[in-house]
Amino acid sequence: MLGKPSRTGRALQYLALAAYLIFLGFPLVWLLSTAFKPPRELVQLHPALIPSNPTVQNFVQAFTEQELGRAAWNSLQVSLASAVLTVLVAMPASYALARFKSKLGTVALGWVLLSQLFPFVLLIIPIFLVLRQAGLANSHAGLILIYVVWALPFALWMLQGFVRNIPRELEEAASVDGASRLQTLRRVVFPLLAPGLVATALFSFISAWNEFFFALVLIKTPELQTLPVALARFVGIEGTARLGPLAAGSLLATLPSLVFFAFMQRRLSSGSLAGAVKG
Amino acid sequence: MLPIRFRRLAAAAAVAVVGVGALAACGNGGDDEATSGPVKLRFLSLAWQKESLQANKDLVAKWNSEHPDIQVEYVQGDWNSVHDQLLTSFEGGDAPDIVHYEASSIGEFSKQGYLADLKDLIPADLKGQIDQGVWDTTTFDGQVAGVPFLLESQVVIANKKLLDAAGVTVPPADGGWTWDEFQSNAQKLTKSGQYGVAWALKSPTNRVLNLALNYDGKFFYTDGGKTEVKIGDAEKEIPKRIHDMLYTSKTASPEALGMSGADTLPGFFGGKYAMLPGSVSLRQQMVEQAPKDFEWVTLPPIKGLSANQAANPQTLSISADSKHKEQAAQFLSYFLNPTNMAALAKGDWLVPTGKQANEELVKLTEGKQGWDVAADSAADLTVAPFQQADGYPEWKTKYATPALQQYFANKITLDQLASQLVDGGKQVLR
Repeated sequence: MLGKPSRTGRALQYLALAAYLIFLGFPLVWLLSTAFKPPRELVQLHPALIPSNPTVQNFVQAFTEQELGRAAWNSLQVSLASAVLTVLVAMPASYALARFKSKLGTVALGWVLLSQLFPFVLLIIPIFLVLRQAGLANSHAGLILIYVVWALPFALWMLQGFVRNIPRELEEAASVDGASRLQTLRRVVFPLLAPGLVATALFSFISAWNEFFFALVLIKTPELQTLPVALARFVGIEGTARLGPLAAGSLLATLPSLVFFAFMQRRLSSGSLAGAVKG
Repeated sequence: MLPIRFRRLAAAAAVAVVGVGALAACGNGGDDEATSGPVKLRFLSLAWQKESLQANKDLVAKWNSEHPDIQVEYVQGDWNSVHDQLLTSFEGGDAPDIVHYEASSIGEFSKQGYLADLKDLIPADLKGQIDQGVWDTTTFDGQVAGVPFLLESQVVIANKKLLDAAGVTVPPADGGWTWDEFQSNAQKLTKSGQYGVAWALKSPTNRVLNLALNYDGKFFYTDGGKTEVKIGDAEKEIPKRIHDMLYTSKTASPEALGMSGADTLPGFFGGKYAMLPGSVSLRQQMVEQAPKDFEWVTLPPIKGLSANQAANPQTLSISADSKHKEQAAQFLSYFLNPTNMAALAKGDWLVPTGKQANEELVKLTEGKQGWDVAADSAADLTVAPFQQADGYPEWKTKYATPALQQYFANKITLDQLASQLVDGGKQVLR
C-alpha cells in the first residue's frame, strides 16, 4: 500500500510541476515580451525579459500594414464553421462506426486511417482544380469544406473511441424505459459524449485556425485571407523576420485559441460516467 | 442487442453533409472574370519590409488612379512559400498576371512554359536601362523570363569606432580592400573578447558561390551541352580563406558559423565582432536597430582577381496564361521607370538594376548610409554559371550545404570538400 508522501517528496513534486509549467509557459512569456519591445531591444547582446521601453508600435504596425483584424475575423469564421460542421458530421458517423459491427464499418475505418497517409502537398493541385470547377476556389466556403474533410478522419477515430466508452447498458435501459432510438441518442448518448464532442470541436477549431498552406493556395483575394497567411508576410528572405510585428501578431493569434480552450475545457472533464453502471 | 436503425443515422449524416454543401454553395468565391469593364491584373508581390511594402502599395494605387482601364490588384505573398504557391497556381491555371520572384528561381518556371517571354513585350527604354549581364540572369533558352529590378551585393558592415581604435582606415566607395587587406585588417581588429569578423554561414552555399567569382570560381562548367561540377584552385580560394580566418589566424568567430546575418547583430552591436560581411540590405537593420551611439560604416565588396559577384536579382515576370500580357507589360514599364525603381530599391535597401534609377537613388540619399557603396557595387554583379544550372537547387541542398558546413566546422579537409561537391554534381547532373 502506498503511504502518504513526505513533505520533501511533496515539495519535489511541486518543484517539478513548477518547472514543467515554466517550460510550457516560457515561449508564451517571451512572445509577450518581444511583442512590446522596440526594435533596438530586439537585438541586445544580453536580452531582457522585461522591455526597458515598452511600446505598442509593433501592434500598430501589425494591424495597419497587414490588416490583421480582418484576417483574424476571417480565421474565426472559418475555424468556427469548420469545428461545428466537423462535429455535426462526425457525431452520427462515429456512433454508427462504434455501435454497428459490419464489414463495411471495418473497411470504412481502415480507409479513414489510410487517407491520413497522403501528404497534402500531393493533394493540393487536384483539390484546387476540383474546387475551381465547383466555383469554390477563393472562397471561405471552399476552405471550410477542405478543413472539415481534413479534420474528419481524426475526428471520427477520436469520437468513436468516446462512443465505445459509453456502456451499451445505458442505452438498453433507456430502451426498456420506452425511449425511442432518437430519444436515447439525444438524452443519454449525446450528453455523455459531450467531452468527446468538445475535444473534437477543439481539435477541429485549432487545426483550422493554424492551417496555412490550403489558405495560401486557395484564397487569392486579400480581403478573404486568414491569419496564418497574413502573419507569414512578416518573415522575409532566408529566415529574416520583422520580429516585433510578428510577435505582436502571433500573440494575438494565440488568444482566440486560449479563450476557446478556456471556455470549453470545463466540458472536457471526465467522470460523468462514474457509477453509471454497477458491477 | 440494440435495434439497428441505420437509416436514421445515415440521414443525420446526410443532413450534415448537405449543410456543408449548402454553405459551400453560398460561398463568396468564384473566379469568373467579368467580360466588360476595366482589365484586371493580379500582381503577386513579395515586398515585406515596411518601407518597401508602402512603396509598392503607393505605386499600385497611383497606377490605378491614373489608369482606370487597367486596374491592378495588389496581392502580397511571402518568400518562404511563394514557390509552392506559384507551382500550384500555374498547374491549376490560375496564376497571378504579374509575379515577383528571383532570377535563380524563375528559370524552372520559364522552362516549363509558365512564364511569358518578355523579349518583345518590354519597351526599349527599360531594356536599355539594365546591363546585359543582368538581363542574362533572367534569360533561359533565349527567352526573357523576367525583368530584373533589384540587386543584392555582398558588402562589409563595420563598427567605425573599433576600426578607428585599431587604426584601420575606411576605404573609398569605389576602392574596396583586397582579400589580403581584409584578412590583415581582421587580424588588427581581433583581440581578447573581440573577433575581427563574423561570417554568418548558416546557409553557406550561395554566399560562397557568389564570392567565388572574385577568383573566377565557376563551380559549374558546361561543355557540349553537358554540365558538371569542377573544383579547381579558383573554386577553393574563398572557402580556404574563410577557413583560415576561422582556424589559422582565428580572426573570425566560430560561433557565428551557425547564424544567419540577422543573428549576428546582437554580437556586432555589443562589440564582439568588428566586421560583418553580408548583404547590402543589412544596412536597414543598422538604421533601425543599432544603439543610438553606435557608429557603423559600409565597406565596398572585397576584391580578389576582381570584385565580381553573382547577381541574383529580384524579378517581375508575366504569366504565360495571362490574358492581358500587353497591359501587364505596360504596368511593368510604369512600375519600373527610373524614379519608381529607385523608390522600390530604397524601400528594400537593395540596389536598383537600372542605371538612371541608381543615379537617382544616390542623389536622393546623398550617398549616405552606404548608398554610395551600394550603387557602386552594382557594376560588379553578373550572371554566374550556377544560376543557369538545372540541378543547382538540389545540389545546393543535398550536397553543397552539408559539405560546406562540415568544412567550415573543421570536420573535413579542403580536398574532401572538393570531392564531395564533385560527387554531388555527378549525382544531380546525370
